[in-house]
Amino acid sequence: MKILVCISHVPDTTSKINFTDGDTKFDTNGVQFVINPNDEFGLTRAMWFKEKQGASVDVVNVGGPETEPTLRKALAIGADSAIRVNTEATDGFYVAKQLAHVIQDGGYDLVIAGRESIDYNGGMVPGMIAGLTGANFVNTCIGLEVDGDLATAVREIDGGKETSTAKLPLIVGGQKGLVEESDLRIPNMRGIMMARKKPLTVVEPIDAGQETKSVKFQKPEPKGAVTLVDAENVDQLVSLLHNEAKVI
Amino acid sequence: MSVLVYTESDSGKFKKSAFEAASYAKEVAAMLGVAVTAVSINGGDSSELGTYGVDKVLEVKNDDLTNFNAKAYADILKQAAQKEGAKVVVVSSTADSKFLAPLLAVHLDAGYASNVVALPESASPFVVKRTAFTNKAFSMTEMSTDVKVIGLSNNAFGLKENSGDAAAEVFEPVLSQDDFSTQITAVDRASDKVSIADAEIVVSGGRGLKGPEHWGMIEELADVLGAATACSKPVSDMGWRPHGEHVGQTGKPVASNLYIAIGVSGAIQHLAGINASKVKVVINNDPEAPFFKAADYGIVGDAFDVVPKLIEKLKEFKSNNA
Repeated sequence: MKILVCISHVPDTTSKINFTDGDTKFDTNGVQFVINPNDEFGLTRAMWFKEKQGASVDVVNVGGPETEPTLRKALAIGADSAIRVNTEATDGFYVAKQLAHVIQDGGYDLVIAGRESIDYNGGMVPGMIAGLTGANFVNTCIGLEVDGDLATAVREIDGGKETSTAKLPLIVGGQKGLVEESDLRIPNMRGIMMARKKPLTVVEPIDAGQETKSVKFQKPEPKGAVTLVDAENVDQLVSLLHNEAKVI
Repeated sequence: MSVLVYTESDSGKFKKSAFEAASYAKEVAAMLGVAVTAVSINGGDSSELGTYGVDKVLEVKNDDLTNFNAKAYADILKQAAQKEGAKVVVVSSTADSKFLAPLLAVHLDAGYASNVVALPESASPFVVKRTAFTNKAFSMTEMSTDVKVIGLSNNAFGLKENSGDAAAEVFEPVLSQDDFSTQITAVDRASDKVSIADAEIVVSGGRGLKGPEHWGMIEELADVLGAATACSKPVSDMGWRPHGEHVGQTGKPVASNLYIAIGVSGAIQHLAGINASKVKVVINNDPEAPFFKAADYGIVGDAFDVVPKLIEKLKEFKSNNA
């Protein structure tokens, strides 16, 4: 089984979010970039398929040379080889078109991409890849088994979960649950050394239009201070929620 | 021409998010000077949609579609959009709508903006406001495609009553075998509980509750408020509560009108996931807990003392305001 894990290069959760150029660009100054958490769960599940079922695991990112350390980290965790599509990831549809091309070119059986990236939160890349390639698709996937060419996937639905089966090739929108947080791997020294020798191929993008564009960013209005209510006066909270906040 | 809206149902009844999506579609349609057409798949009583401004309802009745199926549902919406000449398609932010929207966007060669929180800022160029950076910022997003798919964030717009004919029309899309290439084998859902996605109020418990045996009061509080229950990441990691209740960056996102956090310290990953909620209340015995900086209302106190009192006061309030 050939697996491709799509890796988004995103600011660490604790990063300060600021914008430059008249609020049109994300300010990367002093920001630490990491593998998108939703992708990391998928990568770890892919490593399980590699170790238990002999799958091969490639990773891919659409982005400039600055994203290579993130791909190297994925290699250090255990992926076999990496692909970087050398272009700026301008919008989800554009990225999906690039990835669909890589997938068709590489003949992958299983593609795992995070359900959304924690920066732009588009939540569209896995579904669009599926739409573009015609492969089966399961989103918000929290459990995945593959037997021969048949996959069984569990998906999180509102208020519960749903199990389905589908033939490969399959595109998965992954998240926590594919593996547990405690299963995530931190690259060890041996992995880091080996990652340096693993292939990282740079490919040029295909021509594709840009459908959407962030024209300006805004930060939420600064929040006022919390209104504290005395623990002996819970009545007041009920009254504030009813009369002031108007939420009950 | 029309604005198309997918009005989702559950067991033959429209979801609240369907009415919200319809309310939004109506105002977008007014901006563009066109009508609103809803698509209802094995749905509820179409006349209910008229209350929220829907002019026409394409009703699909098909026993093969009893379970949600993203491929087939996206195919139906594509055919409906083409039949109606829709330039804007509105969907909600339920798990199912987020599942089908990107497929639909590809079928229609449409731009897709998810987590949209307001009416388009302008129709030409078509610019919408959506959340980004896990609720730490908004992105004004210009959509340049002829057809646009908009995913409306839950509880962002609210319900707006309007009058529409909601004229029902039988719609029989042509479905292919490929639409059914994924088979649903099991659905496991607690039907008696409010889901986090649908909830207007969410009550969440953290490690401060000391153990799963203390969740009775969280459930009782949720019951009184008609709320969904949720929990922080450590709580689900320790197995005190099911994973489906974990809210935060890697768990479920919450965009409720009211979010009550009890014994939750407010780690940045937790706050990122719940920040889209409009009003936040924290109850914690540690006045230094980071959640107090993010909350609108707070009580510094022992949850085991405060929560039972709150339940009692809310019950009084409910009976006085019934």
